Parts: sequence; C-alpha cells; structure tokens
Amino acid sequence: MEADAAALIGAGLAYGLAAIGPGVGIGIVVGNAVQAMVRQPEMAGQVRTTMFLGIAFTEALALFGLLLFFILFGAGG
Amino acid sequence: MRFPIVAQVVEVPSDVNVLFDWPDVLPLGINRVVLLMFLATAATFLFLYLPVRKARVVPTKMGVVVESLVDFVRNGIARDTIGSQSAKYEWLLIPMFFWILFLNLFEVTPLINFPVTSRMAIPAFLAVLVWVVFVFVGLRKHGLSYIKNSLIPPGVPKALLILVIPIELISTFLIRPISLAVRLFANMIAGHIMLTVFFLTSASYFVLEPKAVAFVIPLAFAIVITGFEIFVAVLQAFIFTLLTAVYIESSIHVEH
Repeated sequence: MEADAAALIGAGLAYGLAAIGPGVGIGIVVGNAVQAMVRQPEMAGQVRTTMFLGIAFTEALALFGLLLFFILFGAGG
Repeated sequence: MRFPIVAQVVEVPSDVNVLFDWPDVLPLGINRVVLLMFLATAATFLFLYLPVRKARVVPTKMGVVVESLVDFVRNGIARDTIGSQSAKYEWLLIPMFFWILFLNLFEVTPLINFPVTSRMAIPAFLAVLVWVVFVFVGLRKHGLSYIKNSLIPPGVPKALLILVIPIELISTFLIRPISLAVRLFANMIAGHIMLTVFFLTSASYFVLEPKAVAFVIPLAFAIVITGFEIFVAVLQAFIFTLLTAVYIESSIHVEH
C-alpha cells in the first residue's frame, strides 16, 4: 500500500515538475516570436513555422513527464 | 475506485484493451484500431483522389479545399523547409499529413470518438519510418561521412569529442524518433482523457442528479475542449510532417 502511495505521489510530482520548464520555455518562444512578427510583419509566415518548431521541441519535455505520469499512475494501481 | 461518480453509472473496464480487441469476431487479430486505420487510409485516398480526378478549369468546391491543403503541405511545409529538392519527398509527406490528420480527427468524430494515434504502435511505426527515411537519405547523399558529420559538429575541440559524440549519437539517432512518436501519442492521449473525464462526469451527474444543473459545468468544459482538440489534431499532424521535413533537410545539408 505504501509503495502504491509513493508511486501516486511520484506521478503527480513527475508531471508537475516536468511542466515548469517547458511552461516557461514556450512562453519565451512565443513571446519572442510575437516580437519578431511585430517588428517584421513580412516575415510572419516564416517566423510562425519556426515558432511551432520551437514549441514542438520544448513541449516534448513536458510530454515525457506526462508519459512518466501514466507509467507511475499505472504502477500505483 | 479511481472515479467514484463515474463508476456508479458506467462499468469501468479493468483493462483498457477490452475496448479494442475482438479476438473472436474478425480473423488476423483485426480489431477496432486496425479497422479505423483502414478507414483513415481509404479516407486519405478518396480525399486526395475523388475531388480532383478530372482536370477542370474551375475546380469544384471540394477540389479547392484539397488543392489548398495539398499546396500547404507541398509548399508551406516541404519546399520552405527542404528547399529545391522537396519534390523527391512529397510521396512521404503529403499522404502522411492527411493520414495522421484523419486518425487525429477521429477523436472528435461522432460515433468513433477515439484518436487512433493514441495507441502507441501507430506513432511508433511512423517515427521508425521517418527514422529509416532520414538515415537512408543521409547515407545515400553523403555515404558514411553522413554518420561522421552528424556525430562531430564543426569547430569542436578534440578533447571534447569524447563528450560530444555520445550526446550527438543519442540526440540524433535515438531521441529524435522517440520524441517524434511520444509527442503525437501524448498529445492525443491527453486530449482523449480530458474529453473522457469531462463527458463521463457530465453524463454521470445527469444520470444521478438530473434535477441539479451540476452536469452543465463539465459539459460546457467538454464542448470547449472539443473545439480545442480539433485545433490540436490539425496542429499535431502539421508538426509531425514539419519535423519529418526538418529531419530530412538536416540529412541533406549535414554540417561539415
């Protein structure tokens, strides 16, 4: 029972901690992309594509945390 | 019991696989996931073929939709990323975009309501396919120096190579396909779980306490999230295709 509880607490911590960094990171990526688009509207299309690329790379870390959450949540079953 | 309110109304299966496997009905282990994959394949083929099978001066309405979407993948993703060589890789990028898009959109399709890409096998297969393609492209273009150039970035001091080579090896040949597959899989399963939780909570409240209006709140959330999930489905298909194009580009123009 205690191992289950530890797994569940770990699951919550895993996703919660994994979401911090990418949260800040995506904010920086999108913020700078908006700045770039405002400064050079004619480059907006290219900046948007690059922005999605940056979001995708940053977001992957949070998604690994989500995956870890599922694994630990299943282990705590 | 994980979801006490829901469990009073619906029978929550102990193993999620019982929802997909019908071992007795169809041969060759064909189950719901496989049938939906066939459906998506047929939908992709019909969508890309039927509206534009006859060349017209003024295309039909569906023809315009198909043409603009294919133009988006061909020019917006492939050519802008890969460059002048992009036509060689359209056979992969265009069908893959629409296949993933249809599989993702099954999440919000009434009566199906199941994103097939939330079964890990499908994103994993696609990621392995992409891995094979970009390694093959790099090897054919540069021979064995592709491996050397992608492992040794330019301008790195000799003493650091012992540290850099393992990092580059892992990040290029291991993390790339894994993160590609996990990104698609985790996005779709997260959306599916969100929709399931809100719709089931709403339905359970409605069955248990129809007089109280508590079921409206999760229902409103669920409807808003449905709209968001349509956006996510399109975005993930776009990102998967875009990253495939980026990886192919990085194999063609590997740094020297």
